[in-house]
Amino acid sequence: MTADGCGAPAGGVTASAAAGSQAVVEGKVTRAGAAVSTGYARLLGTGDEFVAEVPLGSDGGFRFFAAPGSWTLRVLAPGGVRAERSVEAGYGQVTKVDVAI
Amino acid sequence: MSRSDVLVDADWAEAHIGDPHVVIVEVDEDTSAYDKGHIPGAVKIDWKKDLQDPVRRDFVDQTGFEALLSERGISNDDTVLLYGGNNNWFAAYAYWYFRLYGHDKVLLLDGGRKKWELDSRELSTDVPSRPKTSYTATEQDRSLRALRDEVLDAIGKRNLVDVRSPDEFTGRLLAPAHLPQEQAQRAGHIPTARNVPWSKAANEDGTFRSDDELRQLYQGDAGLDFGKDTIAYCRIGERSAHTWFVLHELLGLANVKNYDGSWTEYGSLVGVPIELGEAR
Repeated sequence: MTADGCGAPAGGVTASAAAGSQAVVEGKVTRAGAAVSTGYARLLGTGDEFVAEVPLGSDGGFRFFAAPGSWTLRVLAPGGVRAERSVEAGYGQVTKVDVAI
Repeated sequence: MSRSDVLVDADWAEAHIGDPHVVIVEVDEDTSAYDKGHIPGAVKIDWKKDLQDPVRRDFVDQTGFEALLSERGISNDDTVLLYGGNNNWFAAYAYWYFRLYGHDKVLLLDGGRKKWELDSRELSTDVPSRPKTSYTATEQDRSLRALRDEVLDAIGKRNLVDVRSPDEFTGRLLAPAHLPQEQAQRAGHIPTARNVPWSKAANEDGTFRSDDELRQLYQGDAGLDFGKDTIAYCRIGERSAHTWFVLHELLGLANVKNYDGSWTEYGSLVGVPIELGEAR
């Protein structure tokens, strides 16, 4: 994964992350069981404070390297789709959040 | 200069697909997005490969910029419409870059690639072929770009706007939360900087907030003195280009510079002052 820019990983995310000393939040977005590859995942803090956003990968995947704590994951997709999940992230953990829209 | 001189919406872009005087350019760090589908007729610029020197940490020089635009078929008389992913971060960086090298007929697509995609507008995988041009750039306009010594000298004197997330500003994270946590040697922010995350200037669909909302954000909420000169920074200068666009192009502030060295440079300098925690 590229780390010397602020952009999304090339081609979106596909492989699972090794958490190491990081607090990883990752998952997949599906619609009727099929991957949603056009859309965005946003990580929001307290009071809807924006933290980060990634485009969904070809497999509907997303991944964040967050600080430990409580977060809101919001998914945006064409057609005005908006879905939210609450997430708890911890150091050294990969928190999985799959979203069906 | 007003908002309509620098920012256009997707309807405008659609109406100018195929316009011989308008070149639509997608700018991304991850150019696989362009390859997957782009606005019909758009050419691509790779933020890293095309706009950064491959050896030194710096821009491509004037000759390199001329060669790039000539090769992409962009002439001095063309209006360049820029858009991209990441809420237009890299497109805003390219906008700033085009202005730095003297190309004034440049526009940003409000909402960038995200809004275009969320609106389910047409994307194409056809790569256009444009005849080469002989583009001529000016020398860099240094009134738009801050280097590290100028930033150090600005502490306590000018507005310093740190546009990173609050966790990066306070020192909890070293990079945005969608990237591994590495890069600068030290975390924190430049003393006297105000933290106005770039994201506060944008709506959820990536479009910019209204001028009134933006004035309230920077002047009212963050307490920036619009009578002072301003330097914006982030981690590598692309999110702060987004804020530079807001302050300089949308709100029309006279002296606003982007510090593209940003935290990856400042946070690795030896002996410079750093603050942790909330703004003081």
